[in-house]
Amino acid sequence: MREFFKHLRYVIGENPVTAVAFGLFALIVLLAIVGPVIAPFDPLASDTNNALQPPSPEHWFGTDQLGRDVLSRVIVATRLDLGISIAAVALSFAIGSALGAYAGFFGGWSDRIVGRVADTIMAFPLFVLAMGIVAALGNTVENIVYATAIINLPFYARVARAEVNVRRDAAFVEAARLCGNGDMRILAVHVFPNILPPMMVQISLNMGWAILNAAGLSFIGLGVRPPTAEWGIMVAEGATFIISGEWWLALFPGAALMLAVFCFNLLGDGLRDLIDPRQRT
Amino acid sequence: MKHSTLKLIARRLLHAVPSVIGIVVVTFLLTRALPGDPAVYFAGPAADEKSIAEIRTALGLDRGLPEQFGIYLKNLAQGDLGVSIGTGRPVVTELAERLPASIELTLCGLLFALSVALPLGVLAATRPNSAVDHLCRVVVTAGVSLPTFFTGLFLIYIFYYLLGWSPSPLGRLDFVYVPPPHITGFYLVDSLLAGDVETFRGSAAQLILPAFTLGLFALAPIARMTRAAMLSVLSSDFIRTARASGLARSKVLIAYALRNAMLPVLTTLGMVFSFLLGANVLVEKVFSWPGIGSFAVEALVASDYAAVQGFVLAMAILFVALNLTIDVLYTFVDPRVKMDS
Repeated sequence: MREFFKHLRYVIGENPVTAVAFGLFALIVLLAIVGPVIAPFDPLASDTNNALQPPSPEHWFGTDQLGRDVLSRVIVATRLDLGISIAAVALSFAIGSALGAYAGFFGGWSDRIVGRVADTIMAFPLFVLAMGIVAALGNTVENIVYATAIINLPFYARVARAEVNVRRDAAFVEAARLCGNGDMRILAVHVFPNILPPMMVQISLNMGWAILNAAGLSFIGLGVRPPTAEWGIMVAEGATFIISGEWWLALFPGAALMLAVFCFNLLGDGLRDLIDPRQRT
Repeated sequence: MKHSTLKLIARRLLHAVPSVIGIVVVTFLLTRALPGDPAVYFAGPAADEKSIAEIRTALGLDRGLPEQFGIYLKNLAQGDLGVSIGTGRPVVTELAERLPASIELTLCGLLFALSVALPLGVLAATRPNSAVDHLCRVVVTAGVSLPTFFTGLFLIYIFYYLLGWSPSPLGRLDFVYVPPPHITGFYLVDSLLAGDVETFRGSAAQLILPAFTLGLFALAPIARMTRAAMLSVLSSDFIRTARASGLARSKVLIAYALRNAMLPVLTTLGMVFSFLLGANVLVEKVFSWPGIGSFAVEALVASDYAAVQGFVLAMAILFVALNLTIDVLYTFVDPRVKMDS
């Protein structure tokens, strides 16, 4: 453990950007937790006398077409956006890693089937497949989560399969087997914990992409419905006002989205440097 | 073209068959996963009892699943994807009419991405930790973090609202121009074929911003891969030998290093296409581009089911075709692939 912290300090010292990413990550999580409490205004309260006001000392991010405070809406939306992507990534991690680990450990038919399923999902442009899934399952927030989880599934299944496969005949696995452990127990207790580090890297690299996808789906009018505060739909609502010069409606939620994705991507790169320095590019 | 190359291409085509089967099965299952009665969905909100019953028989919904799949395949083979409720016309006609617009946009975006990303990656790899390298790193990280719809909107704000340089972001051609006669469906090509420079300029002006938006997004993974691949190739023995033999720097870089570095880059292109086709939908919505993406978005909002299904199928087939093209290109770039077969 001390070794790990030494390495952590080294990686952060070497690349200060990772430290910034960790700070940003903490801020985003904090906003998601306490957002509704610290938002200066009610995100849904409209005030038509104050509609479309540019940023001012009272409304830092200005007001939208119904006079709602953009800053409050951006802050409150953090929880929903983060919630959707965390739920989606957690789902695809749980299912993908279980399927991938099983396929990698036992091989044979299970391997072929899991590989074929992953290939079939990857045969679609992934965002387009997500659109089709939401259309088929129905236009709700839960289905956005399921669609995002499905299109991320192959990445987790492939990483888990590859990582389990190289450890399948490792000495520690043989030792565990000689001690009388069953296959499933070896896989769950001995092999699986060992593949967690590469899986964590995959998760943080994937998070940003999951956020982008979910926001893209709500941008085209799927899932989240107005007047709910969500970054994608706020950008979509602000889009109509861009050509008449009211830039703040779309800029701030878009920038929040960008920062969140940026943070997760940097975090993913940082984690990868920490866990597997060989993959640095 | 040599006989072996043809045989190889044929084999690649065979490899694509399982993907196509998977795509067809999934698009079929997606329609059957509808909660409630699919016939009601396909008929649309305004349909009466009679038209719902007609659609039920046409789709074979009163029969078993395998039989329904058979009917689906038969319709597909005849190019019948159903009728769009929104426009009242066959989905195939709608898609075919709009496809050139989408392809023109995607290809221009890709071309822009390649023309920036490849030199950037090569320069960054030849000068590690220089200003170019840092620029490359910033572009790569920012490029994957920028939501395409957001970049698109702000390019519109800057270049249309503030600077007034670009035409209004509404479609492929401003209304003062007459669309060129339909030959390929690509306005840029058609207007040149017709010798109409004005229209060419007009459509190019409409195309620049959306293509730039798309390209910015696709640029990041290509630049990243080019840099990484070039770095590893440049440190290999044969490059050292080439340098020691006194070959010109440009010859070493282009003929020896870049050609070898192209292989992993080509492989990433498959993933890039997946992103590009998805981002295409968002960019088309932002710029009101009359391609299949904005058609699908309208259809989604109106629960126009046959149209969405046709769109997903068309995009997936396009994606498989693009991947096939990459595979074939691969065999031309890397002669070793031929020897393997």
